[in-house]
Amino acid sequence: MNVESKNVDSEPIIPRCACCTTDYRSSAGESDNVQPPGQREYVERWVTGMISTPSGNVPVVGTSLDFADRMGSWKARWGIGRMDYRVDPGLYAVGRPDAESPVLVTANYKLTFDTLRSRLGGLDAWILVLDTKGINVWCAAGKGTFGTLELIKRVSEVRLAGVVSGRKLILPQLGAAGISAHLVEKLCGFRVVYGPVRASDLTEFLERGMKATPEMRRIRFTFHDRAVLIPVEIVPALKYLAGIALALALLSGLGPGGYGVERIVHRGPVEGALFICGFLAGSAFTPLFLPWLPGRAFSLKGAWSGMVLMLVITACDVLTKAMIFENTLSTVAWMLIIPATASFAGMNFTGASTYTSLSGVKKEIRVAVPLQAAFATVGIILWIVACFV
Amino acid sequence: MYYLKNVATLAYQPELCIGCGRCAEVCPHGVFVIGEGKAAVIDRDACMECGACSRNCPAGALSVNAGVGCAAAVLSGFFRKTAPECGCSDNSPCCG
Repeated sequence: MNVESKNVDSEPIIPRCACCTTDYRSSAGESDNVQPPGQREYVERWVTGMISTPSGNVPVVGTSLDFADRMGSWKARWGIGRMDYRVDPGLYAVGRPDAESPVLVTANYKLTFDTLRSRLGGLDAWILVLDTKGINVWCAAGKGTFGTLELIKRVSEVRLAGVVSGRKLILPQLGAAGISAHLVEKLCGFRVVYGPVRASDLTEFLERGMKATPEMRRIRFTFHDRAVLIPVEIVPALKYLAGIALALALLSGLGPGGYGVERIVHRGPVEGALFICGFLAGSAFTPLFLPWLPGRAFSLKGAWSGMVLMLVITACDVLTKAMIFENTLSTVAWMLIIPATASFAGMNFTGASTYTSLSGVKKEIRVAVPLQAAFATVGIILWIVACFV
Repeated sequence: MYYLKNVATLAYQPELCIGCGRCAEVCPHGVFVIGEGKAAVIDRDACMECGACSRNCPAGALSVNAGVGCAAAVLSGFFRKTAPECGCSDNSPCCG
């Protein structure tokens, strides 16, 4: 069966994008199967044309990302408009796929979709986008939205059986936590093949006849992988950080002679900044230097980061006589507060990591949180006492 | 990189295994190898309890208490008295 030989006019149905009313059908009478979409105003920038199939017209998407795509990824990483960064679920095409072409399944988080299509240059393939509510494959698999039922529903909704002659779906390996491959095959007749973890290995995977090397099957957590996740740690914490830093700054007005505005101006910014540095030691330094920080528990790695920071600040304080710490007691107080804060922030990076388990995190929390709370409480008490000496 | 030792809840019943190889295919941490027609657990401490193996095991030979290894999720679950779950939903912001 050659889908490209089908004429648009013979289509009995109105092809629609899966979840909106955009009519992708090109004007009747044109014979070329790859055409610019008829109603530009509704069509996404990255849709470059249309391909006609027995199951309707399918939008063809480009495989190079433009400035707006890159900007969009950057904004999503920083949490700007994050939950609206989606593509419509449904079937898409790259290149000029036919009935023999592979079907790649992915999530409808635009960052995920862009990563996939940007790796498919030169390939002819179908992309089946599941409705994962704008969440990436792995997280969606964990929540079950990248799941067996959604996959089966989407396969039937786009009438995939009419588009391809093969009965194979290539799923990202990290989607496996949400999918029961044997149930998919039983319920809709399509056999699930798990592709590589990373989209960048897809071309090689296909060239090898859908065989993944052990390396393609392993998830990594490189310096770059960790670095791009730092904003996700910082942005949601900003309001708490600002609140605590402000509270410390205001409290720094306390002194032997009562409350002094002059003291706030003098000490407030320094005390607030010290706290924020402590948090960043956990949420930025810890992820970056994760493999080299001692211990396995993230709270321990975070605490080490806090201690390193404390050492650096103390050294600066001594060398430059900048009076970063108000007095010895205040130094001791920060020696407790900074590692506790960094430990907590570091522990939270477990959520972004690729290798922590629920059981491990529970165990870690049971030990770490009481210690963090104790250090922080004693630290704060000492810090307040230090204001008066 | 390895997380804590001896915490994974992964349980394997070799007598049920049919040697299909799905577990080794889906595990992103190389916990399984297939040898002599059966799976073998070779690196239990690498397990992050994602649940991919048990969900894809057609013989029901694998089970794991699957969940997210995320401290923020566990803590918020503890305070809300719900199961640990990341805050991703239609309305709330998400970490992913």
